[in-house]
Order: sequence, then structure tokens, then C-alpha cells
Amino acid sequence: MTSLAITVVGHDRPGIIAQAADVLSRCGMNLEDSSMTLLRGHFAMTLICAGEADAAQVEAALQPLVNGSLDVTVREVPEEPDVPPLGSSYLVTVHGADRLGIVARLAGVIADAGGNITDLTTRLSGTLYVLLAEVDLPRSTDVEALQGRLAEVSGELGVDTTMRLLENDQL
Amino acid sequence: MTLALPTLPSGRVLDVVRAPNHVLSVSCSLVDPADPSVVQLCADLVATMRVSPGCVGLAAPQVGVAAQAFCVEVSAHPKARTRHGLIVLVNAEIVDASRNEKGREGCLSVPDLTGDVKRATKITVAGQLPLLGERALITTDAFEARALQHEIDHCNGVLFLDRVTGAHALHARKVYLDPG
Repeated sequence: MTSLAITVVGHDRPGIIAQAADVLSRCGMNLEDSSMTLLRGHFAMTLICAGEADAAQVEAALQPLVNGSLDVTVREVPEEPDVPPLGSSYLVTVHGADRLGIVARLAGVIADAGGNITDLTTRLSGTLYVLLAEVDLPRSTDVEALQGRLAEVSGELGVDTTMRLLENDQL
Repeated sequence: MTLALPTLPSGRVLDVVRAPNHVLSVSCSLVDPADPSVVQLCADLVATMRVSPGCVGLAAPQVGVAAQAFCVEVSAHPKARTRHGLIVLVNAEIVDASRNEKGREGCLSVPDLTGDVKRATKITVAGQLPLLGERALITTDAFEARALQHEIDHCNGVLFLDRVTGAHALHARKVYLDPG
């Protein structure tokens, strides 16, 4: 059994996912986790699939998908343990005028505090830059100190940042 | 049930400011409801809301004024249940809120994005009417409750962007074409 990481990036058109999934199915590769979105209009998909085919076979099978407008990469990846985080998850939201270095500086503050970003979305909409990051913090994190540091750096960047505990409604 | 609003002067249509304008991020000052400039601001908000397609509410920061004033009118909206007609309030706050529900919302000041935001579906809002400053207490639900919370957030410098439910809860606004 091999696990393959596949990325597909390029010009969007109807049917890319259907075609890619069909190829993987015919290669006997089970599509596991995947994420697809449009990034400034570009199709962007990342997925992990598992089965008996190797990376070269799958890459060759996906060649018809490329069609001059898509880049496809396939590589084998090791199994990663699926361990739930110890600690709490927070949502960091940032918005403000776009400028160079917003993600770098704020992600740096989070990393310095031992935080692990598990999900990230950024959008540039006109001059407005929006960043949403889900962050796992270890139990030992001084959350108030991190919030203070984020506020300090956000002030330097001229953006508004909030960090709040992600609600988890157990029903 | 409609709100007994005083007659406001004729309103002017103002430019709507967009994020990242700083005025959208500041907690606004309380205002004197009888101040003629506040009464005019309320009239301007209503006039600007009414000429903006699809707009069901507008707060003072959205026209560049850091003041606790807003208007809401959801009467024609299909998702509204309780409807109070045109609501214009200053110095409003939420005094009771319950039954949270997630919904996708947009904003005239963040024109190209929408976000999934959890809001109370049943609320009571206390505020003052412009001009004479009578205290108003509005209990409402569904879409009118969402709209009121969105506008009160504006008066406190909070955008829907600050309340989205997750990193994948922000979306590009879709423009729905009329199939007819």
C-alpha cells in the first residue's frame, strides 16, 4: 500500500475533479483527504490517496488532465499518525490594508509561542487583506501573552487581529 | 409591529466606506440623539441604505462616522419573520440573546467576501430613537435579529470578518444572475 500526495494547479474549467477522481479510481487509488479551492481564479487542489499504484504510474495516468493548462505533481508520502492535538484550538482573524509581511510576521509570533497552524485561508480583496488561521496551542501556552504579542505586532502592521477559542458544540 | 419613529429630515446619499478603512475598526462614541447632526446622520443612513441594492442595514461607521447610530429595514426580505419596518436607533445594545445559528453573511463595506457567522436568532435590543431620544426596546428573531447584531457590531468596530466560524468560513461573494 502506498500513499501519494497529488497537487493539481492551473486554469479552472468544469470537470477537473471528475476527471482526476476517475483516473485515480481506475488506478485503484482511494481518494482520502482532499482540499480544493480557487485561489485568485486558479484551480488549486491537494489530495492524499492510497492504493497499490506507484507515483510514476499515477502521474502518467493523470497526463490527459494536464491538457496544457494544469500542473500535476505526484509523490509518495509516508503514513502520518492521526493524533488529536493536546491543548486548545483557536481561530486567529486578521484584516487590514494589504502590505508585505503580514503572514510572515504574525505566523512567526504564533510559531514562537509553540502554536501550530492547522488551517489557513488568506484573501486579497481589493486593498483589503484577510487572514484566517486555526491554531493549536499546547496546554502550556500563555494565551494572554500570545494575544498581547499578536496585538503588538498587528499594531506595527496596521491590521486588526483577534484570537478566540474555537467553539466546539458537543450535541 | 412597526417602530414609532420620529419624522426625520431629508437624507443625503453618502459614500459607503470599505474595509480596510480604519473607521470600521473603532469602537464608536455614544451620541446625543437630539443633536441635529446626529438626526441628519440617521436620515443620511436611511437614504444611503435605500439606494444601495440589496442593503438591509447601514451603520454610521460605514459612511465614515464613528458614532453609535444605524438603520435596518428587512421588511421585504424573505428570511425575515418578525418585522419592525424601518428601525433607526442610536446608542443601541443587545440586552438578551439566545438560540445561536450559523448563517452566511456579507457587508456593503466588505463587498467581495462573505463569511459564515454564528448569531443569536432571538434577541432583545435596547436603544434610543433619534430626535427625542425615547428609549426603544425591540424583541425580534430570524433575519431581523441577524441584521441588528451585524449593525450593532459595526458600532463597536467589529466586522463579520472578526466573527467567522473557521479558516474555511470565508468565501468569495457570488453574484446570482436573474434566471429570467
